[in-house]
Amino acid sequence: MAPEVLEAMLPYFSEFYGNPSSMHFFGGQVQKKINEAREKVADFLGAEPSEIVFTSCGTESDNAAIFGTLDSYPEKRHFITSRVEHPAVMNVSSYLNRKGYRTTEIAVDREGRLDLDDLKEAITDNTAIVSIMYANNETGVIFPIEEIGQIVKSSGIPFHTDAVQAAGKIPLNMKKSTVDTLSISGHKLHAPKGIGILYIRKGTKFSPFMIGGHQEKGRRGGTENVPYIIGIGKACELAKKHLEDENTKVRALRDYLESKILEKIPNTLVNGDSKSRLPNTVSVSFEYVEGESILLLLSDLGICASSGSACTSGSLEPSHVLRAMGVPFTAAHGSIRFSLSIYNTKEEMDYIIEHLPPIIQRLRDISPFWKDYLKSQGKK
Amino acid sequence: MWDYTEKVKDHFLNPRNVGEIENPDGAGEVGSLACGDALRLSFKLDEQKKIKEAKFKTFGCASAIASSSALTEIIKGMTLEEAEKVTNQDIANYLGGLPEEKMHCSVMGREALESAIANYRGQKVVKEDFEIVCKCFGVTDREIIKAIRENDLKTVEQVTYYTKAGGGCAQCHPKIEAIIEQVRKEMEKEGLRPKPEKRKLTNIQKIKLIEETLGREIVPALKADGGDIDLIDVDGSKVYVALRGKCSFCPSSEFTLKQYVESKLKEFVSDDLVVEEVKP
Repeated sequence: MAPEVLEAMLPYFSEFYGNPSSMHFFGGQVQKKINEAREKVADFLGAEPSEIVFTSCGTESDNAAIFGTLDSYPEKRHFITSRVEHPAVMNVSSYLNRKGYRTTEIAVDREGRLDLDDLKEAITDNTAIVSIMYANNETGVIFPIEEIGQIVKSSGIPFHTDAVQAAGKIPLNMKKSTVDTLSISGHKLHAPKGIGILYIRKGTKFSPFMIGGHQEKGRRGGTENVPYIIGIGKACELAKKHLEDENTKVRALRDYLESKILEKIPNTLVNGDSKSRLPNTVSVSFEYVEGESILLLLSDLGICASSGSACTSGSLEPSHVLRAMGVPFTAAHGSIRFSLSIYNTKEEMDYIIEHLPPIIQRLRDISPFWKDYLKSQGKK
Repeated sequence: MWDYTEKVKDHFLNPRNVGEIENPDGAGEVGSLACGDALRLSFKLDEQKKIKEAKFKTFGCASAIASSSALTEIIKGMTLEEAEKVTNQDIANYLGGLPEEKMHCSVMGREALESAIANYRGQKVVKEDFEIVCKCFGVTDREIIKAIRENDLKTVEQVTYYTKAGGGCAQCHPKIEAIIEQVRKEMEKEGLRPKPEKRKLTNIQKIKLIEETLGREIVPALKADGGDIDLIDVDGSKVYVALRGKCSFCPSSEFTLKQYVESKLKEFVSDDLVVEEVKP
């Protein structure tokens, strides 16, 4: 979390505890601050303040967008999404399937790219909504959202995108976009966990997912989480400022880290289309070793990465994203992901580059398949 | 992040006996790259036919590496007959426990050991003889049945934690359910209770277990001869009983107590129990 964000939030836990929905001046003060936060978010997204709804997290935003649209078109019973969505959409898709909806999940290729012809073919008169993520949370691959939007909108179908991973990393401008609803999560923008944004384009049919009071113009009932709303407002202001750094400084750090890993560690592959990828993400697979072991050894050195491997989550298969991409099984279990931010430094990258190769070597020395591989290559 | 014990972390960070023995007496391998973990085990025997050296190579997560390391430490110094009796629970216990979702790592250890011993004896564990139930992870009915029996498993989820079966496409779940039902029925019929756990019993558990054992194993036989037995007290490892009916004046009552009652209690409750008769 950014220190400026925390600083902005703190007074709303103590001094300004008024309920923005109250009529008295004390609540009115707070209402004004919420309006300002909404303006900051709208400014960041190139949207109107009235198009911004505050939610509790990215998952709620995704659920609200999908269910809120389905509810508005009860006669349409077909849902389209991709095979590599975040669980907040993927599991909604399987839920809908169990509830009798027809669902289509568009495949990706080895680079993690969608086949847009498949999408065109999938759309029918019965399609209620298409939900495709802006950028993938494991590989950072960016989907051509505007191109997809053109296809979807030309059939007159509502279009939702989960932009949790993309927001703050690449420019978003709703004024020039085809997207109808868009989800954002606070913690990816250095705001706290537990706050999210749902963008709903003016004129979009939408039924509230959280039914309750008049808050958020009746689009999301529930007392406003004032300090967190202030926090995400500040975070959006900062994200707009830092967007250029993300694409220059952070991208340079990521490219440096990636190239050094590839240079120093043999049998390593980078997952995802390198031509269309978020500037801060790198997903790498090391053949013949397992991801959880890598993460634990890294964590022992104070390096935090995450994994697409099975063992960390308690599931037994590698992530659905890597499987959908067809990453070879020699490598899929040994996948880890680094997510960088403007707060990372070159020294930190050098620290990783120094310690990662011996970790991989150590695990390969324990692995029965590494020696087999070397033998098959005619090496000692 | 998993909640691993210090012992698991230690065996992961400092694994013992990593490697492959040249010209081993026995070697076995289970798992595969596609499955996400694999263990290759080899051992050498000394003149007394005890395991002198055991080494492993493992591809897998921290608990898989720790389980392999623990396995090699456990079996060193054992005869093959002793090693054969090592269960996956022994491996987990040695490590101070594993998260339930990771129990399959300990099962992998036991299976590698089984396969290495079979290799030494010139036998082969042939998977083809059994039906592959879980196609995603290549798990046979034999492996599933064994895990259910040894670990007293009751649900599909548990079977997945222990054997990985059913952890992929989930198509085999109905089949696993059917196997669980059948095996548990068989276990009930055989009167096979789950393997007694080796942890220390509390006094209350001990008394309950003694009562159950007397009722199930001893009283019916004594009653058939017109006798009976009452539990009077339990003090540490001493079990005080009173013989009733014909038994109370039977000349062989001493023999009944020591050879029959005591040996049954040792078998089913705790092997340090001593039976004392309380005379009326």
